Amino acid sequence: MATDATAVEPKRPGPLLEFWQSFAENRGAVVGLVVVVIIALLAIFADIVAPHSAIEQFRDFTKLPPVWEEGGNWHFLLGTDALGRDALSRLIHGARISLFIGLMVMSVSIAVGVVLGLVAAFLGGIADIIIMRVMDLIIAIPSLVLAILVVAVLGPSLENTIVAVTIVYMPRYVRLVRASALSEIGKDYVTAARVIGVGPIRLMFVTVLPNCLAPLIVQAALGVSDAILEAAALGFLGLGAQPPIPEWGAMLADNREFIRSNPWIVTLPGLAILITVVAVNIMGDGLRDALDPKLKRG
Amino acid sequence: MLKYLLRRLALTIPTFLALTLVTFIAIRMVPGDPVEVRQGEHGIDPIRLAKLRHELGLDQSILHQYWDYLVQLAHGDFGTSIRTQTSVASEFFTLFPATMELALCAMLFAVVIGVPAGVFAAVKRGGPIDHGVMGISVIGYSMPIFWWGLLLIMLVSERWELTPISGRIDPIKYYFDATTGFMLIDAWLSGQEGAVIDAAQHLILPTIVLGTIPLAVIARITRSSMLEVLSEDYVRTARAKGLSPFRVIGLHALRNALIPVVTSIGLQIGTLLAGAVLTETIFSWPGIGKWLIESINQRDYPALQGGIMLISCLVIMVNLFVDVLYGAINPRLRHGH
Repeated sequence: MATDATAVEPKRPGPLLEFWQSFAENRGAVVGLVVVVIIALLAIFADIVAPHSAIEQFRDFTKLPPVWEEGGNWHFLLGTDALGRDALSRLIHGARISLFIGLMVMSVSIAVGVVLGLVAAFLGGIADIIIMRVMDLIIAIPSLVLAILVVAVLGPSLENTIVAVTIVYMPRYVRLVRASALSEIGKDYVTAARVIGVGPIRLMFVTVLPNCLAPLIVQAALGVSDAILEAAALGFLGLGAQPPIPEWGAMLADNREFIRSNPWIVTLPGLAILITVVAVNIMGDGLRDALDPKLKRG
Repeated sequence: MLKYLLRRLALTIPTFLALTLVTFIAIRMVPGDPVEVRQGEHGIDPIRLAKLRHELGLDQSILHQYWDYLVQLAHGDFGTSIRTQTSVASEFFTLFPATMELALCAMLFAVVIGVPAGVFAAVKRGGPIDHGVMGISVIGYSMPIFWWGLLLIMLVSERWELTPISGRIDPIKYYFDATTGFMLIDAWLSGQEGAVIDAAQHLILPTIVLGTIPLAVIARITRSSMLEVLSEDYVRTARAKGLSPFRVIGLHALRNALIPVVTSIGLQIGTLLAGAVLTETIFSWPGIGKWLIESINQRDYPALQGGIMLISCLVIMVNLFVDVLYGAINPRLRHGH
């Protein structure tokens, strides 16, 4: 389809370039993208970039402040925690954990959301009712409460955090895919495809799905930030990743008692969460403006 | 209207049934035996163990247990907490006013600041105020509130010593009965000097922490809804008639722009309850959020099960109420869509 369009209008820029141009209009979104890329690179190359290991304990250097504070040490740029672990290294490795959780939750929710949403839209009837009722049920339970319930059943761990957060956020994708698929199904091109004998699976995934992608991509970007926040909250409650995994929320909770004596140990992980989530969110806003002109705000 | 109400009500029944099934299955799957946990590590006489299991109904078949559970629920019995040996429902409703007081204050805080901020941003669209409001709103929306709470305690309570660190009131200075469960009202009823102020001081930080995300959401929705309304014909007419900008914005535009804002407030009850779990944990606020976390840590299945049931029922009811209210305002929703 895309090649046909460019053949008719050779002067029109390619869809990617066009997308980039409208995305780049929003300066905030570009800044968000840059920050996200930096955090992603730090996460990927954590083993090379981080000055120390995330779990090595320097027992002679516990609770050091960052270098710019009195008593800081150049070996530990952002200081150390109560066990003498390098804060900077733990933060960098923590980026890996948080992004991993965010991306895993997003990919699994999209996969499940696309399948269930398309099935609900195409089959209708009982299948539709059952799927949507289950999603309504999940939405009726407050997100963190449901995640707590899931973790209570499965036990606290990094993997189960991913499962819990995925269950919590899946209904959004299912609803979104179902709604956009339903609005596409009645259109002429789908009828045409049906008439020429396109099978149901191909109809769902090849004919209709590509036209539902724009809102899905936007939701995916915003879903990553929500997943990161939710996972950090679980970590903070002691129900997420377990020590010594350098998960940002758990790092906060572990060092909570030092809030008076060593405020930095508590401040930094939260700041890392905030920066990451803000960056992903403003990037997501830019994506929405670029991909979905109908939703453009103001 | 009645037909619409009944239809919406009927739709919640399968959701409610599914909810009972989910909480029931989930709690059965929890690893760790509640009886053994309660006995600690010292071991227990097998006869006594069997007796305890029988008392808790744990020796029956799963189906039988589920049926018992449904019958119990139908009688308004949400189980008995293993920790305290009191009914989960009574425990829940004793603690609920604390959460409700906090949630109401947080919502009030969010509306009182969020709506004017959104209106200003929309009126001064593209200007520094707009950018400022939208920037702060993104930060608020992205805030890990457990960290935000700790940060505020660190600054406001520890460094500047302006507010207390935790709890709802100073228990040494003030003591009075929980008549309503709302500390502000109880303090006022008690007539003790300074009690209301003390209760209010305890409320400030938790209110800000819990209200941050709703505040950001409300500011955003108000702004975009206001922008839409400002370009409507009737606003142009009002302007053309020579009405003062204050009247045009405050009276004609805002009234219509508030409809989506009001809906979003109703839909945020879930967000508030989820946030309450974190806020109450940080500030040792004796509400249902903190109670839920304590229940999970002590493997108090019945409390967890009943608590989640009650919270979810509450959210379902509020959403139903918002829906019906919305249907009452907007007849198009009632018929068809």
